[in-house]
This record gives sequence, C-alpha cells and structure tokens, in this order.
Amino acid sequence: MPKQQANWSPYDNNGGSCVAVAGADYCVIAADTRMSTGYNILTRDYSKICKLADKCVMASSGFQADVKALQKHLAARHLIYQHQHNKQMSCPAMAQLLSNTLYYKRFFPYYSFNVLGGLDNEGKGCVFTYDAVGSYEKVGYSSQGSGSTLIMPFLDNQLKSPSPLLLPVQDAVTPLAEAEAVDLVKTVFASASERDIYTGDKLEIVVINADGIGREYMDLRKD
Amino acid sequence: MFRNQYDTDVTTWSPAGRLFQVEYAMEAVKQGSAAIGLRSKTHIVLGCVNKANSELSSHQKKIFKVDDHIGVAIAGLTADGRVLSRYMRNECINYSFTYESPLPVGRLVVQLADKAQVCTQRSWKRPYGVGLLVAGLDESGAHLYYNCPSGNYFEYQAFAIGSRSQAAKTYLERKFENFTDASRDDLVKDAIMAIRETLQGETLKSSVCTIAVVGVGEPFHILDQATVQQMIDAFEIVGEQEAPDAAAGQEASAEPEPEPEQGAAAGEGVAPMDI
Repeated sequence: MPKQQANWSPYDNNGGSCVAVAGADYCVIAADTRMSTGYNILTRDYSKICKLADKCVMASSGFQADVKALQKHLAARHLIYQHQHNKQMSCPAMAQLLSNTLYYKRFFPYYSFNVLGGLDNEGKGCVFTYDAVGSYEKVGYSSQGSGSTLIMPFLDNQLKSPSPLLLPVQDAVTPLAEAEAVDLVKTVFASASERDIYTGDKLEIVVINADGIGREYMDLRKD
Repeated sequence: MFRNQYDTDVTTWSPAGRLFQVEYAMEAVKQGSAAIGLRSKTHIVLGCVNKANSELSSHQKKIFKVDDHIGVAIAGLTADGRVLSRYMRNECINYSFTYESPLPVGRLVVQLADKAQVCTQRSWKRPYGVGLLVAGLDESGAHLYYNCPSGNYFEYQAFAIGSRSQAAKTYLERKFENFTDASRDDLVKDAIMAIRETLQGETLKSSVCTIAVVGVGEPFHILDQATVQQMIDAFEIVGEQEAPDAAAGQEASAEPEPEPEQGAAAGEGVAPMDI
C-alpha cells in the first residue's frame, strides 16, 4: 500500500494585503479589511491591524487564526515587560520580540506575514518586515500579503532611496509629508484591488505620530 | 514569643496544636512597615508607609500593580512580596489570555492562599513572610482581601497591617461605616489620615507614604507625589481639629464584615492563626 498523505492542512490563507511606510516623524500602516477563504469571502470587515504598544502597530496577512494567536501572545509579553520595566516597549524592541516569537515556532510556523510600524526612541518612523519564521529587516517601507507582488514594485518606484553607495547618504525613511504618504497608500490599495481578488472592500489606515495614533477608513472595490 | 522545642520545623505540631513556624511568619508581617486598605462600593484605596534604610537609599516598593483591576500592598519580607506579585501578575495574564476577560479577585486570592498553604505543609519549604492586602474590582463589585502567611484569607471593608497598624485600625473602626458610600476623594483622604495615625507624631508628607487607587472606570494606579502632597496640605489644618473621639464606641462586635483585632497574646489557648 503506497504511503498515505494527509489530505488535511492545519493552515488556511485568508488573503489580504498589508503596507507600511516610514516617514521622518510619522509612520503609516494600512491593510484591507477583506477576509476570504478559497474563492469565498468570509467577511468584508475584519481588521488585520493590531496595536502592540503605544508607538508600535502590527499588520499581518495570512492565516488569521495564527495571526490572532500571535497578537495575543505579543500582548501578554508586552504586559509582562511593562510590569518589569515600568514603561512601554519601544518599536525596535518589539521588532526583536516578534522575530524571536516567530522563530520559536520554526518547525510549526505561525502562517503570518507581518509588517511592524511605529516610532523609534527618537520619534523617527520605522518599519520592520518579516517572513513567516521571523527573518526581519528594518526598512523604509514594505508590503506583505496576496497583493504584495502588485504593491511592492510600485512602492519601489515611488519611495526607493538611491543606492547607499552614493553620497550624500540618504535616509531610508521617505522625505514625503504625512498626508502625501497616506495618499500614496490609498492609491496603492486602489490599484491592488483592481487585479488582486483577495484585496478589496475597505482600507484601514493607521497613522502614528507624535500626537498619538490616528485611524481612518477608505472604501475599496467590493468585487 | 519564646523559643521552644516545637518550632524548628514547619511540619512539627506543638502539643497545643500550633505550628510555630507559621506564627513566626505572621510575626514578620507585624514587623514590616504599615500598609492599609479601605473600600467603598466603587473604589478601593491602598496606602503604605515608605521606610528607607537610610537617607542615602531609596524606598522599598510595597505597592504593586497586578492588573488594570487588581493591585496589592504588602507588609513583611518585601522580597517574598515581590515574588508573589509576579505570580499574581502571571495568573492574571494567563487568565486574560484564555478567557479574554479579567480574573475575578476572589479567584486570585484563593489561588494565592493555596500557594501559601503549600509552604506550611512541606518540610523543605518555609512560609512566605509577607501579608498582602489585595484590592480588586470585578463584576461582583469592589473587594479588599487580606492574605496571611498561614494560607488564610479574609475580606474586609478596611484593614491595616504591619507595625503600628493598631493605631490605623482604631481610626478605621471609627470611620468604616461611612466608607461604603464615600466618594473616591473622601476615601483617599481617609487612607491618608489612617496612615498618619501609624506615623504617630512624625510629620506626614508625600515622601513618606504611597497611595494607590482602583475603581469603576479607574484602572489601578499609584498616585504621584505631587497629588498626594496637595491632598495632605488641603486637610492638614482641618485634620488637626478632629479630636480622636473615643466615645464613639464602635469597637468590633456584630459587624457585617469580620474585623478581628490583632492576635490574642501568644501564651493563651487561642492560636493566632485562627484569625
């Protein structure tokens, strides 16, 4: 009898796209609100964005059950940190914690593709992008999820900094103003919704700056 | 307390049916600097006296936030208190994670009491040398509990533990009937007054005491020194005029909540840990 294969997978992909863009004194994190499975829509109104700390927000696409478990885990760890250190975790600290948490399950991963956005200790915007097992990098902008193949080249075109080998040294964070960055994100999602069937319905945009955390919504194509 | 041949081990009973090691642990609580707690229907206030070893050192932390809805004030071995606070925080986080709702205070104090009891029945352990005043808010209202090293716990309208706590208890016994419906600010004022009683003559200033509040719509937090000093200044003058009214005669006797006195003298038949 030939070896039997499992015809059941512990994972599912709920689709959707996430984007984060870092500015000089702000950070924009956005994700669509469509949750799907296969060719069906489960809901048009599900948030993929989670506030982990005062100045740190995470957007994740992939398998939302794993995403939820990951968010709860990080929130619990953050509480412990606050009890021990009497302060909130900084974005770079949370970035490392997220990486370690993901790698901890290296051999049964969280099916979660994350972008972490926030302000670092000096108030500058920072974005960290991850794979499912915790490999991460600090970047000026990033996208993850089903629409990332459509979104990333466009962000590269608009935001990519010239080579670090050129002088004078340019910052990874975009010189764009906050309103321009939000506009860019809206444009990017409107385009992605045209061709990616898993991205659409509504766009949730979170902006972190010195004043705190702000949130806005924009409608996207519902087909 | 006198030394005798039944007090070496926590697992040795005395002929009179007492566990001396546990009683000695309760003694440690009485030696610590004072902590008080009082509650109304909607708020609980914890207060403690900060004693520093010398002018050069900082104060020991005696009030800990356990969760948004629970806080604890300790008296006795503060190291034991720190460890137990960490345990309590962990339990709250785990419960929240599993049930997506805050841990009911009554559950937490039982877990804490069971943990303390274990240490009274293992030959390789010693009882925790710390008394905890647990203040918490849950669906059933505002609660104040006292957890002993013996593994017992009691609910109180108001209580004080630690050195010179009797003075605070006398004050609280006079006033406690007003607490249920008191406003939040009045409750804080009463807490500060109770602490003043334990200081017995020393000047009351915000550097000597710490106050924490938890209540409906108000997550547990420690009041900052400036606020506390303001409240002290506001009533210091008025407070002086309040003559300690011994005539009130509201000593503990058929009260709705148990408010026992400090343990009966050691030599008598009643074992203090029955309190």
